[in-house]
Amino acid sequence: MRDFWRRVAGNRGAVIGLVLLALVVLLAVLAPVLYQQSPWRMVQRPFLPPMTLDGFWFGTDTLGRDIGAGLAHGARVSLLIGLVSTVVALAIGIPLGAVAGYFGGRWDDALMRFTEFFQTIPSFALAIVIVAILEPSLSSIVLAIALVSWPPVARLVRGQFLSLRSREYVQAAVLSGLSSSAIIFRQILPNSISPIIVLASLMVASAILLESALSFLGLGDPNVMSWGYMIGAGRTVLRQAWWICVFPGLAIVLTVLALNLIGEGLNDALNPRLARKGR
Amino acid sequence: MGPDLKVVRYILSRLAKAVVVLLAIVVLNFCLIHAAPGDPAAVMAGEAGAADEMFLQQLKEKFGLDQPFHVQLWTYMSGVLQFDLGYSYRQGAPVLDLILDRLFPTLLLTGAAFFISILLGVLAGAMAAVRVGSWADTAITTLALVFYATPLFWVALMAILLFAVQLDWLPAYGMETVGGGYSGLDRWLDIARHLVLPAMTLGLFFTAIYTRMARASMLETAGEDFVKTARAKGLSEGKITRRHVLRNAILPVVTLAGLQAGQIVGGAVLTETVFAWPGIGRLMFDALLQRDYNLLLGVFLISSAMVLLFNLITDLLYLLVDPRIELAK
Repeated sequence: MRDFWRRVAGNRGAVIGLVLLALVVLLAVLAPVLYQQSPWRMVQRPFLPPMTLDGFWFGTDTLGRDIGAGLAHGARVSLLIGLVSTVVALAIGIPLGAVAGYFGGRWDDALMRFTEFFQTIPSFALAIVIVAILEPSLSSIVLAIALVSWPPVARLVRGQFLSLRSREYVQAAVLSGLSSSAIIFRQILPNSISPIIVLASLMVASAILLESALSFLGLGDPNVMSWGYMIGAGRTVLRQAWWICVFPGLAIVLTVLALNLIGEGLNDALNPRLARKGR
Repeated sequence: MGPDLKVVRYILSRLAKAVVVLLAIVVLNFCLIHAAPGDPAAVMAGEAGAADEMFLQQLKEKFGLDQPFHVQLWTYMSGVLQFDLGYSYRQGAPVLDLILDRLFPTLLLTGAAFFISILLGVLAGAMAAVRVGSWADTAITTLALVFYATPLFWVALMAILLFAVQLDWLPAYGMETVGGGYSGLDRWLDIARHLVLPAMTLGLFFTAIYTRMARASMLETAGEDFVKTARAKGLSEGKITRRHVLRNAILPVVTLAGLQAGQIVGGAVLTETVFAWPGIGRLMFDALLQRDYNLLLGVFLISSAMVLLFNLITDLLYLLVDPRIELAK
């Protein structure tokens, strides 16, 4: 374990990622303290450029709403949706992959066809259709993101199970009469957890990108301020007020970058043998 | 069995698979209509507003909405198989006609982005891999990492801000100059100028992915035995890179690009929305604004079909590039 942390700490990218993510989490947690008023409230004159008035570092948008408040409250939504939709996607992908890899044969064939099907459909278009039909809300967005992002999980878990199933300790468990579910959950799954963690951290990043794209198109929860919504709302006045679009975009880039860096750092630390060359 | 027959069988099996997937997508589409809260007839009519009682009744009869589920599914499927994707009541035209009108611009945009991203990705990845650890490698790897984390729609907006507003080099909206009156070659040049920003924007995210992929696979190939043999034979480093390493490193990139065709088509929705590109992605956005579900699902179906087509083309390309491919599968 100590070895693990040393490897993470020795990875410059991972450290940068952790610091960036810590800042975003801090911003999300402190949002109600830093900006006590709702981010939807008009607090100043519209189109206030950044750094012109004390307390309004990031300026205001077309309706005089504080962009700083939007950034802070948007961080909450991005992180929340990123995390929850990844958990839901894992809850779909892990059992499917486990059953396919453990039982093999017809189960494997059927489940992998099903997975392939979901990988073929243009995922962003499917997410749009799902959210539009179910009406935009936090839960429909989470559902849509989870439904388009579970296939890689299923494939990864299936691969792990296929290779671990023939190991001696699993064979021993089979011979000792353990039930299939006990073998799946207590013997094999704990041993395939590290690549799942790596994949999950990258999935949170892409879930945040997907959420921002949905709310940019106007498919965000109408009651919650999000970064994608802010960019979508500022798009029409891009020429007059660049800051409305620029700051939320930077926030997305930094958050997603942080998560990707952490994912790669974890990958290198958990699978040192597979660490990429040339580093 | 001769090799030609094998190829034909391979292509036929791929085609059959594509047809099965397409049918499954039609079923999914049908289920989505029924997942909508409220009456499917109202959904098809594009929410209330335009629809009065009599009209809804007509729709119910046409689609047999008072019939059991499997009968409804059959009615819907046979309609789709006869290329009837329904009618857009908001736009006042059959959905298929609306989509066909917009198909060419989308194919142009996604095709351009597809090739740009593979070309640039392989080039940048190769440049980085040839000088591992140099400043060029660091710069390319960092840029790839940043662009991989950047939302497509935001890149699009920033590109407009920089290249269209600040520098005024390229047009930011549409596919042709309105009232330009160009014809022949001039018209195509005009379209090409309009294509640059959207295609580069759409391609950028994928360029980042392929750069990383190409770099990794070139480094991997460089350590293999046949490269050592080539070096032992006294071939120059440049020749080894071009003839042996690069060629083998391109394959995984092409495979990945084929698998990601769906993502490019999805990205086209965002790109076309920002650049007012008159393709089916923009059509999808309009359908979204007007809650025109018939049109929305039609676009979804056609874009899925486009992805299947892209996948099929990559499979065939792969067959050409790599003769070792297993045809037995």
